[in-house]
Amino acid sequence: MRKKPTRVYKGPGPKEANILLTSASTVINWAQRSSLWPLTFGLACCAIEMISAAAARYDMARFGWEVFRASPRQADLMIVAGTVTNKMAPVVKKLYDQMAEPKWVLAMGSCATCGGIFQTYSVVPGVNYILPVDVYVPGCPPRPEALIHGIMTLQMKIDGQVNFSANPRKIKPGFTGPGRREIV
Amino acid sequence: MTVNLNRQGFTGGEPEKHPAVGAIRRDFASAIVEVGSSCGQVWVTVQPERALEILRSLKGDPELDLEFLSDLTAVHWPGRKGAEFEVVFQLYSISKNLRFRLKVQLEEGKEMETASGIWMTADWLEREVYDMFGIQFKGHPDPRRILNPEQFDGYPLRKEFPLRGRVRW
Repeated sequence: MRKKPTRVYKGPGPKEANILLTSASTVINWAQRSSLWPLTFGLACCAIEMISAAAARYDMARFGWEVFRASPRQADLMIVAGTVTNKMAPVVKKLYDQMAEPKWVLAMGSCATCGGIFQTYSVVPGVNYILPVDVYVPGCPPRPEALIHGIMTLQMKIDGQVNFSANPRKIKPGFTGPGRREIV
Repeated sequence: MTVNLNRQGFTGGEPEKHPAVGAIRRDFASAIVEVGSSCGQVWVTVQPERALEILRSLKGDPELDLEFLSDLTAVHWPGRKGAEFEVVFQLYSISKNLRFRLKVQLEEGKEMETASGIWMTADWLEREVYDMFGIQFKGHPDPRRILNPEQFDGYPLRKEFPLRGRVRW
């Protein structure tokens, strides 16, 4: 009669240890895109739609764009919701500069995108003149769904980021760009 | 204190029937440049040197009691040589429910005396007129721009100021 072989425990195997192999960029991008904290500030009527998107009916917090931070040092995302006037521009720039990297800018509405109906001496013709904008959301004002779509587009962009590079805004060479991919 | 809401100050019609016009005709007849009305609203244009004196008397007159400066603004008329600017004082009497408009014509580059000693509200309104039209007010306590940035170049409500392309980005 053959002796039954004794099983020697050699520590957790691949199955028991729940090991997943992935790249650091995937994990970092997943973390960054899943907890975008916007900065609490609004410049005009677009801010009302932004507030609506954050409030109970649209509830942006469902997606992890959780808390609107009242301090730029804790915020990741700057939603420029409204008309940027010449007098306000240095203040907006200062707030952006105070935000820690990684940080993104979303231009919400016609005014922040291109000056909107205010093609005058007192209004900045698009916030891209003072800040690097990642996503533009058209509309006057855009509905909360449009803002949510804009942030989802930003998430797709964050997914394509290259981490640990000198340029924090670098995108993967083969990345097909926002709009081509779907968030699973 | 009871307030009679049915009181009517001036219901329109002949500008000469307006009590403020009568008071200016009586005391400052030589200062009047023009009297007129539009849509039942009466105005008097006076000489710029005597405007402050007239405004002070309109405010102090118990018959008129025009104690409230509801607006102070300006208009640019580039076609009128020698009177390119018109400073407009909108007065209101709360007790008499009476409105009155006093205008002053100014040549470009000419100063006007400040009304901030008569109405405190004229302080910011004159700053706005300076900001938008470049009209200087002599004796103003704080002659700075109020709406545009300090380093702003030009006066945007002048007619020669272009609607687009003036501010470079």
